[in-house]
Amino acid sequence: MKDQHLISLTVNGEPHEVLAESRRTLADVLRHDLGYTGTHLGCEHGICGACTVLVDGVPARSCLMFGVQADGAEIGTVEGLADGDRLSDLQEAFSRRHGLQCGFCTPGFLMLAEAFLAENPGATREEIREAVSANLCRCTGYQGIVEAVTEVAESRRERA
Amino acid sequence: MSTTGTAAPATGAAVGHRVIGTSVRRHEDDRLLRGLGRFADDVDRIGQAHARVVRSGSAHAEILGIDTAQARGVPGVLTVITGADLAGIPPIPIRLPRGDEPAESLQPVLAADRVRYVGEPVAVVVAEDPYTAEDAAELVVVDLRELPAAVEATGTKPAATLEAGYGDVAEAFAAAEHVVELELEVGRHAAVPLETRGLVAEYDVAARTLQVWGATKVPVFNRGVLARMLGMPQERIRLHAMDAGGGFGARGEFYPEDLLIPWLARHLRRPVKWTEDRAESLVALNHSRQQRHRVAAAFDADGRLLALRDEIVHDNGAYLRTHGLLVPELTIGMLPGPYRVPAYHAAVDVVLTNKTPCGTYRAPGRYEGTFAREHLLDVAADRIGLDRAELRRRNLLRADEMPHVRPLRALGTDVVLDAGDYPGLLGTALERTLPWRAEAERLRAEGRTAGFGFAVFLEKSGLGPHETADVLVEPSGLVRVHSGGTSLGQGIETALAQIAADRLGVDDTAVHVVNGDTELQPFGLGSWASRSTVLAGNAVDLAAQAVVERARQVAALMLDVPQAWVEQDGAGFAAGGRRVELAEVAAACAPGSRYLEAGTAPGLQARRVFEADHMTYPYGVHVALVDIDRGTGHVSVLRYLVAYEVGRAVNPALVEGQLLGGVAQGLGGAVYENFHYDEQGQPQATTFMDYLLPTAAEVPGVVEALVTEDAPSPDNPLGVKGAGEGGITAVGAAVANAVRDALGLSGDVGHLPLGPGRVAELAN
Repeated sequence: MKDQHLISLTVNGEPHEVLAESRRTLADVLRHDLGYTGTHLGCEHGICGACTVLVDGVPARSCLMFGVQADGAEIGTVEGLADGDRLSDLQEAFSRRHGLQCGFCTPGFLMLAEAFLAENPGATREEIREAVSANLCRCTGYQGIVEAVTEVAESRRERA
Repeated sequence: MSTTGTAAPATGAAVGHRVIGTSVRRHEDDRLLRGLGRFADDVDRIGQAHARVVRSGSAHAEILGIDTAQARGVPGVLTVITGADLAGIPPIPIRLPRGDEPAESLQPVLAADRVRYVGEPVAVVVAEDPYTAEDAAELVVVDLRELPAAVEATGTKPAATLEAGYGDVAEAFAAAEHVVELELEVGRHAAVPLETRGLVAEYDVAARTLQVWGATKVPVFNRGVLARMLGMPQERIRLHAMDAGGGFGARGEFYPEDLLIPWLARHLRRPVKWTEDRAESLVALNHSRQQRHRVAAAFDADGRLLALRDEIVHDNGAYLRTHGLLVPELTIGMLPGPYRVPAYHAAVDVVLTNKTPCGTYRAPGRYEGTFAREHLLDVAADRIGLDRAELRRRNLLRADEMPHVRPLRALGTDVVLDAGDYPGLLGTALERTLPWRAEAERLRAEGRTAGFGFAVFLEKSGLGPHETADVLVEPSGLVRVHSGGTSLGQGIETALAQIAADRLGVDDTAVHVVNGDTELQPFGLGSWASRSTVLAGNAVDLAAQAVVERARQVAALMLDVPQAWVEQDGAGFAAGGRRVELAEVAAACAPGSRYLEAGTAPGLQARRVFEADHMTYPYGVHVALVDIDRGTGHVSVLRYLVAYEVGRAVNPALVEGQLLGGVAQGLGGAVYENFHYDEQGQPQATTFMDYLLPTAAEVPGVVEALVTEDAPSPDNPLGVKGAGEGGITAVGAAVANAVRDALGLSGDVGHLPLGPGRVAELAN
């Protein structure tokens, strides 16, 4: 008999109830049980960061969390960034600054950057570089990613 | 010549109709940024089961028996198969055969009597869910009798020896004023794309058809292999290439799982899904690069090259995989690079060891050979007493020597260096980085261990023999392109759309490109060897031209004028002050249209093939400024420039993106990445804690990309040369030369990667 738990969690504002085995990762709950496949698994040991989502606003590796640990939590995934047809400023900047190529690591970088900028609105380019070094990208050489996040940090400061 | 240090901002609509040469926004971006990309693991089929591969934990052992009873007993397990179930299925064939590969070196789909590396598939468990499959796989007991493992290639009998060369090398060395010989090694590193492999296969019993999702790189070729191995007509098999999280040479070749998953789907009559995990990927996906070179050059009194010689040991791991002997062949075929080499001889021993088998990784053979040659030239310049750049200037082929026919072959084609000004680009790159030399001096004056290094390299791209493309115009005005190219993250969807848009006079956003669907484009050869823009791009251009010609015929009927009066005018055709839109012309090609002449085929579309006898040879220069921490042995790369001649950039931002990404990967192989093994052949780098990919903290803050379009290729109408590999080719060489400069070594650095241990050793 499998060890199942009924958990509730909110993803991008949408409430969900799901039956999850205790050992099922949050990443698998999001991807395969709830269909939020934008969250990607690159290493399943917490290094690459492709599976980064926001758990109650805090960036977390969803491959290192169990779904049951997210019971009652507010989860933010990449699918929640755009406003309908309109991409977020960070998504736009990633495209404009060529901050993605294959796009596999992109959701993780977007979620990481959103959380980082929310907490560090005054971040400099060097601080941003250090922050995004938490995640791995194999295509871009990181330059476009750092430029995109820096550009958004500056424009958000101007608007603030 | 365009020069930028960063990706150029997208400019939106093209000026006039010149879409080629414009950094339009990538078509891939919108879906990828929203999390709506479709990668292999995103595919789910109703009723699918999940496979888990059981892999050898021994590097070399005899299989005495495999006990699957316990695994079969786990609730939810559907089947467990071993090599015995696949009896009669041949080993995996070589995709690019020379014809002289030892047949016994090919990899079986499942090891039946002997395992030859840690990670080799020995059984597969299929269960209702992936967690159960993984649990049950732990219960498969493989009874092994350990055999001695060959871990060192040097001193082991080669499986094959290849030779290349021309001229009297012995005489040149005998007559030389200066002879320099080095022993250099390149470590074992690999593509390691961020997305691991994955496949979903579904067999339709009624129609006797098989579909596979998750193919990349060469789906049409792989469909043929799969058909032969399964004993099915290839027309009944459809492979769908999808979004792929990086390729870099390794992903998408035919691996054991490419047979196993479809075989299981047909066997079980249920869709079967398999997603590789990272621990598997690090021992299962092709490794690359590992070579030892004994490289020597002979010079006259003026530093002019008389001859080049290299004896190479290539550690290919346990089997010859789909690339056969290609990487060692490319190493010796491309080693002379952009230089005037009067006599040349190279021999490479291809040795099989009990390690993960090797294949290609971005710039295969060239990363290794460029390091050997360019490091040798730096040591030689110092010994001869010549400036390092001057030594190269004396030996680089000049523009007036082009085209240069070299009596060598690479990738089965004659080496004909097509067009270029090698000393010119070297001059430009060194002039741009002149301040870096001063910066190195300043840093040294402050007591830092700074160094300046550069390397010149020759690439190759655009391998034929052909590529096919379809261009179809819909009555809505939407244009579809069915290409044999595959999308590996490089942006080929966008580049091909630009080429079609340019020719058709439409906005690139009106063009929808479908890559790598074997049903829509059954003749495609795929994306590899930096061939897509050259081959697929020119095929799209030819097909689009044919569509324009056909549209002109129909437009003439619509406008009721002779065809010669009709002019293409943006996204339409005009004559005598009247105009019809391309979309209207497409509508006029529908069955029943009064403009569709009797006996002509309906639809506005064309399929064309572009054929190429020769590759093109882009070239470039890499320059690095490094700073070494003598205490820790860490090499920081402070500044980096990559200068690359691409003939013509279809989308400059994409080209620069390829170069910047290549530099970061090359830096991995130069400083961080290494698949090391213990004496029993146990891999020591099996997580990202042990196999170190560079992060944003390790790559230079700004890598400058200098993309030049001075020497369009004369071998294709678009004049393009491939841009996929030039960012990585010379990183090992440039960083090694900069480290050598920083440490003031009179000899060489020995090997790559220049990890902290090695650098600290060299520093003291």
